[in-house]
This record gives sequence, C-alpha cells and structure tokens, in this order.
Amino acid sequence: MTARSKPEVSVIDTGIANAASVSAAFARCGADVRLITDRKSVEHAGLLVLPGVGSFGAGMERLCAEGLDRVLLQRVRDDRPTLAICLGMQLLCVSSQETPGVSGLGILDGRITPFTPSVRCPQFGWNLVEADHGCRVLRTGYAYFANSFKLEQAPAEWQTGVTIHGSPFVSAVERGNILACQFHPELSGSWGKELLCRWMAMSREETRC
Amino acid sequence: MLTKRIIPCLDIRDGRVVKGVRFANLRDAGDPVEQARRYEAQGADELVMLDVSATSEGRTAALESVRAVRSVLSIPLSVGGGVRRVEDVLALLRAGADKVALNTAAVDKPKILRELSERVGAQCVVISIDAASRANPQAAWEVVTHAGMKRPGLDAVKWAQQCERLGVGEILLTSWDRDGTRHGYDTDLIGAIRKVVQTPIIASGGAATPEHMVEALRAGADAVLAASIFHDADMTVGDVKGTLQGAGVEVRL
Repeated sequence: MTARSKPEVSVIDTGIANAASVSAAFARCGADVRLITDRKSVEHAGLLVLPGVGSFGAGMERLCAEGLDRVLLQRVRDDRPTLAICLGMQLLCVSSQETPGVSGLGILDGRITPFTPSVRCPQFGWNLVEADHGCRVLRTGYAYFANSFKLEQAPAEWQTGVTIHGSPFVSAVERGNILACQFHPELSGSWGKELLCRWMAMSREETRC
Repeated sequence: MLTKRIIPCLDIRDGRVVKGVRFANLRDAGDPVEQARRYEAQGADELVMLDVSATSEGRTAALESVRAVRSVLSIPLSVGGGVRRVEDVLALLRAGADKVALNTAAVDKPKILRELSERVGAQCVVISIDAASRANPQAAWEVVTHAGMKRPGLDAVKWAQQCERLGVGEILLTSWDRDGTRHGYDTDLIGAIRKVVQTPIIASGGAATPEHMVEALRAGADAVLAASIFHDADMTVGDVKGTLQGAGVEVRL
C-alpha cells in the first residue's frame, strides 16, 4: 500500500467494547475500518486499535485466550502503529487493583489504582489533558473520560499527558508509533478527531503502511 | 478538573425528532442527524436520544436513527426509552450508542442492571429514574414507570442507592413534577439523591433558563439535560455555557 491510498485501520473487536464509536470515528478520519479478532490479523495489521471497556480481568482473559497478548507485546517492541484506548491502556500496564492477581501485558511499567473516594466515580465527562512538551501526537485539550481506575505514575521513557481528578494521573502515553489514552479520543469531539488523524498520518509516514 | 456537562435531549418517534409535553401533543421537529450535528457544533458535551415510539416499527426506526447519528457524532451518545431486554441494550450499543438507559425493565427486574454492568461495563449502563413527589415524610419521592402510567411504590432515593450497588455507571434523574413545566429542576430531589450516592447524576426535567442549570449543578448534579430550552428558545449550547461560566461553573468551552 502506498502512503497515498486510503488508510486501513484494524480494530480489535473484543465483543464488549464500543467498537461502533471507534469505527465511526476512524471512518470520519477517512480510513477504511475493519473489525478483527484473530491473532494473525492483529499481527499483520498496519494500524491497530485496541479499544476496551469492561473490567481488567475480563479484558486480559480475552486477550490471553486468543493469544493476542504475545502478539501485542511484539508489536510494541517493534514500534508498529498501535493505539490503546481506555481499558486498552490499562491492559498495557503491570497489574490493576480492579482485578488483583491478574497480570497485565507489562509494557507500561505501572500499576492501575482506583480514584480516591473523595472524587466522583466513575469519572464521567470532559477533563483537561496537558501534554508534555515532548509529545508528537498528543496536544493539550479537553477529552472525554469514562473511568474508575487510572495510572498514577508516569512510566519512564514515555511522553505523557496528565489530567487532574482529585489528584494528577497519567491520561495518555506515547512513544514512537504507540499511543495509549485513558480517555476516549473517538468521543472527544474535534480535538479527539484531530488526535486520531495525527496518529494515523504520523504512523503511516514512519512505517509506510 | 472535571467539567460539568450540558446535554441536549432529542425525543425520537418513528425516526423523527418530536416535541411535546409528557409524550402528549407531539409534533415533528426535524431530522435527528441534522440536530445532532448542530448540537455538537454548538459545544454540547453529550447527546441523549429518548425513543418515545409506541410501536415495534418505531423502535426499528429508532435503531436506524442511532446508526445514522453515530456516523456523524463525535461526542458520547446515550439512548433510552423502551429498553426492556439485555438484547435491546446490546443492539443499541452495536448500533453506536455509548450508554443505554433503562427504567421500567430495571424496576421490574433489578438484577438486569448487575447483569449488564458485568457484561458491558458500568460505564455503558445508565439508570433512568423518573421521580414524582408525594406528601410522605418517609419517602418524599416515588418512582414512576411505564412512561408515567404506573407507580410501583418505590422510594426514589432508596432505589438510587440500590442501583448504585447493582453497578450502574450513571443516574439520569427526571423530576416527573417539573418535566415540561419550565419551572426549573427539582433541586431538593437532586440534593436528596446526591447525599446518598457517589454515582454521577444527570439532572432532567423543568429547565427553561441557564440559571436553572446553575441551581441543579449546585444542588449536586454533574450534568444537566434539557430539550425545550435548546429546541424552542433562541439559546444555543454555547450561550448557556457562557452564562454558566460567568456563574463560576467549570465548563468545556
């Protein structure tokens, strides 16, 4: 595929995630979207999206049952374009207090913890994401969140976006062609659309996919 | 900081937007896709579509409307009205809803909330509570179901608590007394439920001015829903947000 043809985005259909909203958002960015479930498709996808709603334990169980955990690890090691959304970002971490005893993919060196009881939970709505100066894809702006758990400590060697709900947490990380967002870019209006378009364009330029 | 949300509501019947008071005197108010697009452009934080169709043909049309709205809408979409079964919820989510609101079905069988929350995640499950006041100091508000036809004798405040325990992600709280009156939200009701739950509350019913919204948010709502203020008045979502900001409410501009 040349860089000029219509981009193709593969979305992992976990059965429970809001694949419809993610697909519609990428279609508005001018992409052809396909839903995939099997290991081979995940391995070979040019631009891959791991959406996610639901619990950490159920999400990991599904990834492991399909053998997607190893493929995702390899993709990130090889810096192949991968976007993880909401629970998708949490699954990249080491573990989560939502489901103690279950290991995450361990790509991001961090643990997922609940919001403190003093703030509204779930966090539903628009909150400010402040992007590091080093971010290439992420920009500062308002994003839509729907989460009860979050990553508190920024992992080393990743550029981050930070948001405050009670206290600061990591609302996005990026490195090379990998982008992970705790918020929902597909529901974050024109700011979210521009983020998805930038990620697509930069990843395609770098990898010629 | 998490901002307060302004949520326009589209009542949908047979695939068209309708206007009316308490499901009566409905008149055509346009195409849902055009209105959804307009509200997003004005700065709406979310959109709610309530299906007020009375027939199964109407429900099928509503599902088509959800699909059509999703394709243009890049903010969250909640859908409610006549949602009875788990399959209805899954069909709406597949069509592009981000959250689905239940009322009567949950009162009839509360366990459906737990089942849905475990299956699709709490963030997709909204409990829609229609509450009517009554002269009883033990239970000042009771739950109204079947589009206002029935009152099963449920204390609205206790019901909200139970729904939180059953794992709902959000409460869409409508004052049956105020709905359509333009007299403002029932801030006592909002305050009473805010006191006992941590779950986000969307206040609904009675809004005519941005000041009404400020009152509801101060009473403990996280979001305010309104229909006629945006349909009828010469006020955009942006106008309303400007007034809210002036009153010290944190909004996304």
